[in-house]
Amino acid sequence: MRQTGPEMSDNVSILPTRSDAVGRNPGMAFEPEWLEEVRINTSAVERRAANIPARRTVKKEWQTAWLLKALTCIDLTTLSGDDTPGRVKRLCAKARQPVRQKVLDALGAGELGIQVGAVCVYHAMIAPAVQALAGSGIPIAAVSAGFPAGLSAPRARLLEVEESVAAGASEIDIVIDRSNVLTGDWQALYDEVRAYREACGAAHLKTIIATGDLATLRNTAKASLVCMMAGADFIKTSTGKESTNATPAVSLVMLRMIRAYGERTGCRVGFKPAGGISTAKAALGYLFMMKEELGRPWLEPELFRIGASSLLTDIERQLEHRAGGRYAARHHQPMA
Amino acid sequence: MPRATTNRWPDMTSTADIFDSMEYGPAAESAAEAEKWLDGHERKFGLFIGGEWRPAADGQSFETFNPATAQPLGHIAQAGAADIDAAVAAARAAQTGWAKLSGHKRARYLYALARLVQRHARLLAVLETLDNGKPIRETRDIDIPLVARHFYHHAGWAQITEQEFPNHTPLGVAGQIIPWNFPLLMLAWKIAPAIATGNTVVLKPAEQTSLSALLFAELCQEAGLPPGVVNIITGDGATGELITAHPDIDKIAFTGSTEVGRKIREATAGSGKKLSLELGGKSPFIVFDDADLDSAVEGLVDAIWFNQGQVCCAGSRLLVQESIAEPFYAKIRARMENLIVGDPMQKGIDIGAIVSPTQLARIEELVTVGEREGGTKWQPETACPSEGCFYPPTLFTDVAPAATIVQEEIFGPVLVAMTFRTPAEAVALANNTRYGLAASVWSENINLALDIAPKLACGSVWINASNLFDAACGFGGVRESGFGREGGREGLVEYLRPEWQAKLPLLETPPAQPTQHAPAAGTELPLDRTAKLYIGGKQKRPDSGYSDPVLAPDGALLGEVGAGNRKDVREAVEAAGKAAGWSKASAHNRAQVIYYIGENLEARAGEFRDRLIAMTGASRAQAAKEVRASVSRLFSAAAWADKYEGAVHQPPMRGITLALNEPIGVIGIACPNEHPLLALVSLAAPALAMGNRVVVIPAERHPLSATDLYQVLDTSDLPGGVLNIVTGGRDELAQVLAEHDDVAAVWYFGPAAGGAAVERAAAGNLKRVWSNHGRRWDWHSAQHSEGREVLRHAVAVKNVWAPYGE
Repeated sequence: MRQTGPEMSDNVSILPTRSDAVGRNPGMAFEPEWLEEVRINTSAVERRAANIPARRTVKKEWQTAWLLKALTCIDLTTLSGDDTPGRVKRLCAKARQPVRQKVLDALGAGELGIQVGAVCVYHAMIAPAVQALAGSGIPIAAVSAGFPAGLSAPRARLLEVEESVAAGASEIDIVIDRSNVLTGDWQALYDEVRAYREACGAAHLKTIIATGDLATLRNTAKASLVCMMAGADFIKTSTGKESTNATPAVSLVMLRMIRAYGERTGCRVGFKPAGGISTAKAALGYLFMMKEELGRPWLEPELFRIGASSLLTDIERQLEHRAGGRYAARHHQPMA
Repeated sequence: MPRATTNRWPDMTSTADIFDSMEYGPAAESAAEAEKWLDGHERKFGLFIGGEWRPAADGQSFETFNPATAQPLGHIAQAGAADIDAAVAAARAAQTGWAKLSGHKRARYLYALARLVQRHARLLAVLETLDNGKPIRETRDIDIPLVARHFYHHAGWAQITEQEFPNHTPLGVAGQIIPWNFPLLMLAWKIAPAIATGNTVVLKPAEQTSLSALLFAELCQEAGLPPGVVNIITGDGATGELITAHPDIDKIAFTGSTEVGRKIREATAGSGKKLSLELGGKSPFIVFDDADLDSAVEGLVDAIWFNQGQVCCAGSRLLVQESIAEPFYAKIRARMENLIVGDPMQKGIDIGAIVSPTQLARIEELVTVGEREGGTKWQPETACPSEGCFYPPTLFTDVAPAATIVQEEIFGPVLVAMTFRTPAEAVALANNTRYGLAASVWSENINLALDIAPKLACGSVWINASNLFDAACGFGGVRESGFGREGGREGLVEYLRPEWQAKLPLLETPPAQPTQHAPAAGTELPLDRTAKLYIGGKQKRPDSGYSDPVLAPDGALLGEVGAGNRKDVREAVEAAGKAAGWSKASAHNRAQVIYYIGENLEARAGEFRDRLIAMTGASRAQAAKEVRASVSRLFSAAAWADKYEGAVHQPPMRGITLALNEPIGVIGIACPNEHPLLALVSLAAPALAMGNRVVVIPAERHPLSATDLYQVLDTSDLPGGVLNIVTGGRDELAQVLAEHDDVAAVWYFGPAAGGAAVERAAAGNLKRVWSNHGRRWDWHSAQHSEGREVLRHAVAVKNVWAPYGE
């Protein structure tokens, strides 16, 4: 596995990356035959996806630890047209201290250095985020490449990636051109993602396949494989702007593809469900799925992120309840 | 590193440690309410008879245990003969009034039971897990919701039974004996259809798992169910035998082992009790190379690591296409590493406790045999608790059909795996078993899956799924997995009968055979004819080399027929077995052949009429009527051939369940002496129309109407071997048919003793028997002798579950 590539020396990230311990996915030559082998049975996938949270549960101290873990895997996100530096600074403050220290201390987690996995913003908000997160070690993820449709001029998309990396994003969340999936032009998809991978340099590439637009789980599976072949460090479900966001079923399919890719290449690729995950219970369900399908290593922010905003508050409330035994109010939790 | 599962988290309760290890930790379901319920009864339970609780008449009781902890849970009454008598008397006393209630009134009670089960769902689930050892997740998410669903569905049937089954009556009192693997669910499967249709019941839960049935009895009281409609008696196998043998029980419904099912078949032979048996299995789980393999692995978890593999329809025989076997085994092993075995009261447990030390010992013994016979055993690192009855998930590879563990039902979390090369070989291996309960087929090719499903000898097929159950879909087996269906319309008929059947007179003892007398010297005889046997489409001389005389009522010799013996029956069954093409022919084609038989019979109507007159002494008008009726009956069978259709059930899933009416296989038919032509046609024609192949023993006294048919059959395009006729001693030949393991059903119409003998012998391979129980059929009545009431005996219902979605 390649730890550093020739392109990395040209694009040195100014912020730390979380994934160095894992090693990056260098990608592989495009192998269309592999796509022909993909078999997905929708009903069976849905049954298994529904089954996982029924088979596993965590209570008491275990619930606390798992909720804290979920917290550290959050890509705390704001992707609105009305984002301003002030709004982003507030978000970054929350990212640094997602849970009140008093609550963490009460839970015996005061020394764990709990902070979110990353802050995820548009390109224009990278600069205020860099400023606000200085010294925290929290990476900045930028959505890029014509997010959320991904249909702007190809050169502009690449340029946007390069500019975001230069501006200080160490993680780039690109969205694939869905038309390549819907028309079955897998080579074009591979070439597109490969180009983004190169444009990213040392920054980590998260490819959003926008499952809600892909219509079938087979498309989801194939798009996932192609993105990994092209060198994606993470595969991500959704932009949050499609009519259907992350679901347990599409997630299960993507995890199985990550497993297959890992068995074939030895590379660990991360997973990021995004959109619509707003409850602690749902987040735990995703953690269970990661552990059951991929194993313990995928319970760390190096390999798992949840793209979310309101989820954090719900987790905080559960933690406060764990700490004090009282059900918590939303307005007691500091706003992002 | 082996994980300890009883106390897997000894010194690791600090948040920081868990944050690092990311273990799941304990999550115990509370037993407090169930313990309170047990304590409220001072942990002593009586029998529920006539709406009241009473101890066993002789004061006997036994202890029931939690298999996960070996702790005793309480004392259960051991019912004896006096108790069974009392329970049956209570059920009998209640039955008339219960049946007289309107369907709506019965529906209200079933509805109340459904609601009560839901309201007390958690108590029922916890109690079941304590008593049985299965994971609380299963009782909570699967067993108890299915119980409620079963009562809801059958509340609906109670409401509409009168409209849907006009002129039908309940059977009366049903004796029901259920197993320990799904205690309350099996209770629901038994009680709901029985009481919905106006029967009353005496039910015995398995001695290992009585508690949920006793709690259910309390719910019956709470629902205000009239006393005696449901009686719950507890006890062991001896109590079960008393129920089976009780003379005032009209129906026995049993779910359990094939071994006990066989004993029940023998014990009830000749009693006239209607019988349904849901027995063991060794169900195949077939994975083709174009399957979604990751999903198939999860299907296996649902198939063999559900309820510790203690499931009659467990997918316990994995058949995987050779080209993908090794990668698939690797996926299975990886998945097995993640299965957690342990205290079933823990919510995060995959595999709980084996029901009893006896069962555990049986599993261990069979696994030892499997290793001794050369199988490669693989078990994950997952540790099993050392206290209580636990067994780890186990995979055997390098096994062949000849291995004991491939043939025997293990009833534990043990999977045996074999490979196949082609779809045809998959089917051959799948069907290479004495059982026939269920099958699972995994392929993303709809053409392949729908081609395979009908070829599998079993009662349920799950396409890209396993162990799906629903109240709307019939469940049951073929071969030694038993007969009868539970669930859906096909399950309801097990508790109903047409009104006319309840009023059939006993068959009169026939007059003694007249003494044969020789023709007067000098009488001019017709040209001598030799009536042989009809086997494989050819006339064959009887193996014995003997002939039997056929006499007119006055004793005049009308002719001689071959004296068939067991070897002739063997040849006939062999020929029928080879004529499998008939079962695959289209219903339209079968109809054409049967119509043609009718046409050719009509062309010789005069000849057949005269033969009837000569043999039976019937009047010319009576004989002519019988021939006409026979032609009509052939038309009826041909008409039904493509109209006795299955159903599309609607279980709560995205998908369809197809209830297919499939031929049973080879049916042996022993004909009565009355109406020698009409009875034979009435029985054989529907059997043929549904695609069965038949061996007929014609009327022993009047066989010439049958032997005269040979030429009719020869000119009607009936393929050789589809219908075989062996003349001779009926009861002797029927016995051979009943004992033949390649005969799937025997229809016997004759004296009660003959029917009883057939039923007893049928226990060997648990073939289905349809008998007149010594009653006189009206062969001229269309109600008695044609249409749905006959056709349902000629088919086995297979439910093919096809979830879909893209």
